Amino acid sequence: MAEFKETSPDAPLSEKTLTWIDNRFPLSKLYKEHLSEYYAPKNFNFFYFFGALSLLVLVIQIVTGIFLVMHYKPDAALAFASVEYIMRDVPYGWLIRYMHSTGASAFFVVVYLHMFRGLIYGSFRKPRELVWLFGCAIFLALMGEAFMGYLLPWGQMSYWGAQVIVNLFSAIPFIGPDLALLIRGDYVVGDATLNRFFAFHVIAVPLVLLGLVVAHIIALHEVGSNNPDGVEIKAHKDENGRPLDGIPFHPYYTVHDILGVTGFLLVFCAIIFFAPEFGGYFLEYNNFIPADPLKTPAHIAPTWYFTPYYSMLRAITNEMIYALILCVLAAAHLGATKAKISTLLKGVVVGTAVVAVALMLAIDAKFWGVVVMGGSVVILFFLPWLDRCEVKSIRFRPDWHVYLYAIFVVNFFVLGYLGMQPPSYIGERVSQVGTLFYFGVFLLMPWWSTLGQTKPVPDRVNFVAH
Amino acid sequence: MKNFLISLCLVLGVALPAFANTDTIPLDKAPNKLNDLSALQNGAKIFVNYCLNCHAAAYMRFNRLKDIGLTDKQIKDNLLFTTDKVGDTMKISMDAKQGKDWFGGNPPDLTVIARSRSGPGGTGADYIYTYLRTYYRDDTKATGWNNLAYPNVGMPHVLWELQGQRRPVYKEVIQHGHPTQVFAGWQQTTPGKMTSIEYDTAVADLVNYLQWMSEPAQNTRVRIGVWVMLFLLIFMVIAWRLNASYWKDIR
Repeated sequence: MAEFKETSPDAPLSEKTLTWIDNRFPLSKLYKEHLSEYYAPKNFNFFYFFGALSLLVLVIQIVTGIFLVMHYKPDAALAFASVEYIMRDVPYGWLIRYMHSTGASAFFVVVYLHMFRGLIYGSFRKPRELVWLFGCAIFLALMGEAFMGYLLPWGQMSYWGAQVIVNLFSAIPFIGPDLALLIRGDYVVGDATLNRFFAFHVIAVPLVLLGLVVAHIIALHEVGSNNPDGVEIKAHKDENGRPLDGIPFHPYYTVHDILGVTGFLLVFCAIIFFAPEFGGYFLEYNNFIPADPLKTPAHIAPTWYFTPYYSMLRAITNEMIYALILCVLAAAHLGATKAKISTLLKGVVVGTAVVAVALMLAIDAKFWGVVVMGGSVVILFFLPWLDRCEVKSIRFRPDWHVYLYAIFVVNFFVLGYLGMQPPSYIGERVSQVGTLFYFGVFLLMPWWSTLGQTKPVPDRVNFVAH
Repeated sequence: MKNFLISLCLVLGVALPAFANTDTIPLDKAPNKLNDLSALQNGAKIFVNYCLNCHAAAYMRFNRLKDIGLTDKQIKDNLLFTTDKVGDTMKISMDAKQGKDWFGGNPPDLTVIARSRSGPGGTGADYIYTYLRTYYRDDTKATGWNNLAYPNVGMPHVLWELQGQRRPVYKEVIQHGHPTQVFAGWQQTTPGKMTSIEYDTAVADLVNYLQWMSEPAQNTRVRIGVWVMLFLLIFMVIAWRLNASYWKDIR
């Protein structure tokens, strides 16, 4: 506990008040630790806007969400009409609703860019593993939040999207059908589903999200921010113990982020006011038709931010299982012949592979599709232990690492595009190659990240004054 | 980074045009009259007289029509048939069962129909504009009508008195080495109350009304949006200079 401070009787009221609070709550301490004396590297670039922007979008979603809940009715018979009521009869309801619907997509845009930044500059590497893990958990919670929120307008896409995704759970052996029933609360998506998704969307998941965001920021401020050069600024400090390449977050990055926020709002508001449907990507046209359990739309696709994973789900066909079995066998062969591990461990590797192959042959491909879809997100959690390159930042890695990440991004877009399209033969083949590439990048990372000649990492950060 | 952006452009450039038109006939572009109050009012009149008997617009209130320049009295005197309260929504007395018996399906609510029918081939307005202008006589159908934009449609040609009766003319062309029937135009079999141009204008007014009704706030939205963008642009300059003045100390 800090020492109890006394103020002189003729100190100004503001000082007295602050001292009174500081004696009871670490206000000045928190302000210093997280803002005025939190030293962030001075060489942040464009990609470093997206952390602050994610926080901004979170606040937008919570505030607009509160106002939407005041008028929305979580009832299968009333939900669609209540959304139209918000769009028409609630003063500026259309603005609140468009902010929320555009905010959902904007959230994924900024979070994807934020994660991509972490990926290329090695922000997940030691000692920032927990920052990354909390971040991945936030992403997972965000996906749940978006999925459940999408059911609420109770349009055709809401309904059938939820139907398709919840049905996936029934592919899990033994517990699947009961699990799907538990999630739906009914044999088809219905009023019970809408009510529980509403409860999760407005209470449970936001609470988890907020907690995780706090943990993410506390962990970050404990270890300090990484930067585009991936060098530790704490290695060089002045006589006061301040990093030489660090600058106080406030005011330097607060004014910087105001600029970033304005740029973001220009794009965000342009969409809200001039193209709120964003060509059917942010608000799908089909979702202006009320949910009809008797009329299945010809083509059901999730919202754009889920389509890469949906693509990977659809890529796992019976034929693809054989390709995956080949991959498992090849990995087991490598493990048994090349790896420098004990004979006992080699036996375990081969045994596991045999069991895996047996299961892959025994259980329906649909289940493995679900596993792959889940795995495509879960694998992100392991990134800190998969990447074994000597240097953190892409700037000092071999050139071909840059190309590999570029292909990874293009592959992600291609998978996303294919996930929006109706199934086709060519599309299926491309998405299968894309899926193998996606997982290949991560699973082979311990190997490929050590290859090639890295460039010398400077002692201090590169910075050109503005 | 540059490579990444170039490849991204290439991928999107190849991918996006693949949203090809899959409709039966290419959609005509609906004229945009969303700021033309007399056209919207005419559209509202046609909507109430011809559509709002089988189709409801259950999320739309009559008195919202004040946004397109009508007064409560005008609405009461000319447009209220199904209710006597100007604050009511546009409901109908036909029920779903009757709809199913008479047309094989319940006529959909039209409040947001213009938004829901958008797609790769054109906007919802384009679709309805084309649909209402491609009805033709087909005695093989229960209603005696068929449609080029929506083949085997359940709805009869409600506006036929205005348009008259028509039939499509096909010509034979060779496609991929096979003789194929291709739509070549229309033949008027009986005249309507309107000329072809008058009819197109009336449908355009109706479509614009439907487009407006699907989102009555849309004109307000754009108008506010312009001011928001102007504010943000000016604020951007301030934020930029503020940032620069702080950061000039950082070397």
